[in-house]
Amino acid sequence: MRVLVVKFPGTNCDYDVIEALRKVPATYPELMWYKDAEPRGYDLVVLPGGFSYADRLRAGAIAAKSPLVERLQDYVEDGGLVLGICNGFQILVEAGLLSGSFLVNDSLRFICKWVNLRVENASTPFTCLFSEGQVIKMPIAHKEGRFYAGELSTDLVRSKRAVLRYSTRNGSTTNEANPNGSDHSIAALIDTTGRILGIMPHPERAVDPILSPDGSVDGLLLFLSIKAWLGGQA
Amino acid sequence: MGPQNINDEWLVDAVIEPKPGLRDPEGETVLKALVHREGWGEVLEIRSAKLLRFKVRATSLEEAERLVKKVCDDLRLYNPVSSMLKVRAYEGSRG
Repeated sequence: MRVLVVKFPGTNCDYDVIEALRKVPATYPELMWYKDAEPRGYDLVVLPGGFSYADRLRAGAIAAKSPLVERLQDYVEDGGLVLGICNGFQILVEAGLLSGSFLVNDSLRFICKWVNLRVENASTPFTCLFSEGQVIKMPIAHKEGRFYAGELSTDLVRSKRAVLRYSTRNGSTTNEANPNGSDHSIAALIDTTGRILGIMPHPERAVDPILSPDGSVDGLLLFLSIKAWLGGQA
Repeated sequence: MGPQNINDEWLVDAVIEPKPGLRDPEGETVLKALVHREGWGEVLEIRSAKLLRFKVRATSLEEAERLVKKVCDDLRLYNPVSSMLKVRAYEGSRG
């Protein structure tokens, strides 16, 4: 699997993504500066987390206007996959490649902690090794993470485009388990083509049992899913 | 208003605020934890917003506002899913 990991000014999770991808067999991640990055020829493009352009104007709003991001639509139509993590998710939303918008967390604070997530859809390239209803663990680290899509949100849940939702350990999507006030506890969203995933939690920080609660590696399973899905396609 | 020319400069405020009905925790906190707590009960609501102040060249106040509105719309300086835009030019700032 050939993976392009894109760095914008202010991206800071790029090396964690590279490290996570190195745990996936026969996977070759390459880190590129956004001005030099050309998605053609890669199986997957990752927009990692961080603070692109220091979150000026709005998280992701300025990177969303870069020529690279504007080329992603064509790249996906040609069969590519795109994964936006945290700030990468915000960039994809601001670019209009995913629906909705992000607001400041309802606590108004930066939140950094492990959360439980319920898998709503295990038929995507990014979640095919999970099972529906499974509760997984990944950390979040964001201030503008309150996903808002207005009336569309109900539809996103019903159609299972809301791939992951914040939940309790038992899989209940209660208000208490919703860390930032997101509509319907939406934590990850896939586009209508099923090829662009935005995820607010950090899978790349959930790949090592020593660093995860209960020795889980749910983030690694997400990257392994992509590899497995691409393998099944070949 | 006096004669105008192509080089007139205008200050234009673009105010980006959350849509009505959308919870605004910052405005709510200022209202409840500060303004109401200090006894200003006649204040009914506070909404927080972002303000971008433009200086533009335009032949009229209306054209200055139109220009800023177009820049905000075309470059998506606000996210129309959650925010709305109000544009206000200052007549007195004509250069």
